[in-house]
Amino acid sequence: MAEVLTLPPKLPKSQNAEVGASKFCPGCGHGITLKALANAIDELDIQQKTVFGCDIGCSLLSWNYMDLDTVQTHHGRTTPVIYGFTRANKDAIGIAYMGDGGGLAIGSQHLVNATVRGERMLIVVVNNTNYGMTGGQMSPTTMPGQKTETTPYGRDCSVTGKPAKAAEMVAAIADPAKSFVARSTVSNVRKLQSTFKKALKNVENGGFSFVEVLSICPLNWRTNNVDTFGRLAQMEEFFEVKEFLVPEGLV
Amino acid sequence: MVNKLIKEDTKMFLTGNEVLAYAANAAEAEFMYGYPITPQNEIMHTWCKLLPKTEAGFLQTEDEISAGFSTLGGILAGKRAFTATAGPGNVIMQDAQSMAEMMRIPFVCAVMQRGGPSTATVIYAQQETRLTCYGGNGEGFRIVYSTAGHQDLYDYMIKAFNTAWTYRFPTYVLADGYQGKMREPVMLYDPASRGIKMVPTTTALLGEGKIGIDRKSVHMRNTYNMEEELMEVLDSYQKDYDKMAEEVAEYEEYKAEDAEILIIAHGIVARSARTAVDELREKGIKAGLFRPITIRPLAVKPLRAAVSRAKQILFTESANGQLAQMVLEKLYGLTTPYSTLFKMGVGVTGDDLVEKVESMVKSPAVV
Repeated sequence: MAEVLTLPPKLPKSQNAEVGASKFCPGCGHGITLKALANAIDELDIQQKTVFGCDIGCSLLSWNYMDLDTVQTHHGRTTPVIYGFTRANKDAIGIAYMGDGGGLAIGSQHLVNATVRGERMLIVVVNNTNYGMTGGQMSPTTMPGQKTETTPYGRDCSVTGKPAKAAEMVAAIADPAKSFVARSTVSNVRKLQSTFKKALKNVENGGFSFVEVLSICPLNWRTNNVDTFGRLAQMEEFFEVKEFLVPEGLV
Repeated sequence: MVNKLIKEDTKMFLTGNEVLAYAANAAEAEFMYGYPITPQNEIMHTWCKLLPKTEAGFLQTEDEISAGFSTLGGILAGKRAFTATAGPGNVIMQDAQSMAEMMRIPFVCAVMQRGGPSTATVIYAQQETRLTCYGGNGEGFRIVYSTAGHQDLYDYMIKAFNTAWTYRFPTYVLADGYQGKMREPVMLYDPASRGIKMVPTTTALLGEGKIGIDRKSVHMRNTYNMEEELMEVLDSYQKDYDKMAEEVAEYEEYKAEDAEILIIAHGIVARSARTAVDELREKGIKAGLFRPITIRPLAVKPLRAAVSRAKQILFTESANGQLAQMVLEKLYGLTTPYSTLFKMGVGVTGDDLVEKVESMVKSPAVV
């Protein structure tokens, strides 16, 4: 009988080892995203000064996922809680972590104003093109023609308008001298991690960062592995994956 | 730390909104988050004007949703932070106030009531009584001080911070635009000179110690998986609330001991009632006043005692009985008849009350 090799899972220091296996649905992109974020925090060695805020919706499951001081807030309200915190604690690095519903619908006014004010924080919007936790409704980023529970015959853009492009919107209103704005994807984890690293470094330098992460939701998409990543590839065509704003001198 | 401006007793002639800003400074408040809405604006105007001297913090937010939630963020960072709002702003800030209840965050807010529902009028009402006590999707784990003038505004704004940080329930100073905009003489003082020690703040996130070395990371949540899990938490909150209520509940009686007609009023209306009581007494009518200062929690025992002694009760408010509803629930079993003088969103004068009480003498209440 072959010997079973048991190795401890290689978790980032900033991820909470006590939680164990991923709390998210099988195939969810949050686990990948949070691991990349935790690795970036470790690389910059900022665990001790990072405050992590998560929204409600699927992202709330990250409330004890990170080995970071964390507050799980309310739908769309992670952004004001975190900038309220970083305004009061000038040494803290604030991260507001949310989905496309929290970031672009119910909390969009906070995203817009945090961007315009150049709040010293990183806002992460994990875009899986639907409201996952509540059962897969249309979100601002639902793709044209995409079937959701509230667009059962496919998203008709003549009725709903076109999908919101968060990174482009944020880049258009952010101060280019101090803002890092990027769209990344869970299909390229190394790039995702280095994007987070740049974003956090920019916050450490006193700037504002926004990272939209194209992510996957096989459960609500009702897709198998192949189709899930096929769908993600379509999203990557529709939502351009790139760095939109990089302040001069940010390494 | 902030610089305190009032070092010795200083008598000033101020608007109530100015008083609140000075009081927050005297209470060593470090940060205000705010959004403009009438009639509370001058609280933040004054706070901002004083910033070079106080070296405190201020953020003008995008709305009251943000003002509420960013205040919570500041408090989690360990700051004695506060906000102020009114009317529709109070409505949309309920979201943050509920989170403060759920997570036991020592949130402090001055509510300067204006008329409602919705936009309505901008200066005066007592129509946010119920909202301030019981707003949000919860049980009203809140402490609400209803002030009746400028000295109250100063005293209770200072007290609100200590109450919030001691008991960790959201705490309010409930006033109105009349109090906010009117000028009165007020004695400003350093709380230490009155033996008041400010309760030290604590830092919820990024506090002392290194994660993984001195302590574990802190995970604060606002969500529960199981119904029973939530109930267990809320039962413990209720227990804390009941214990706190006995220590915190405040009231004022004015000539209530032998009153045959007892007026029950809060806030600025209670002040009109005092005038009316004096006038009625001169006319030989034994009137008195019971004024709940904490309208949540109510001082139930003294309230029941005063009502039991009286022959008739008069509830009066610049609202349609929002306080009366809360009080009547606590008077279950008592049979003292009552009458009402409710003027929705309109001030109640001493003359109004004299006339009403005289009519109650002629034809007593039967309800």
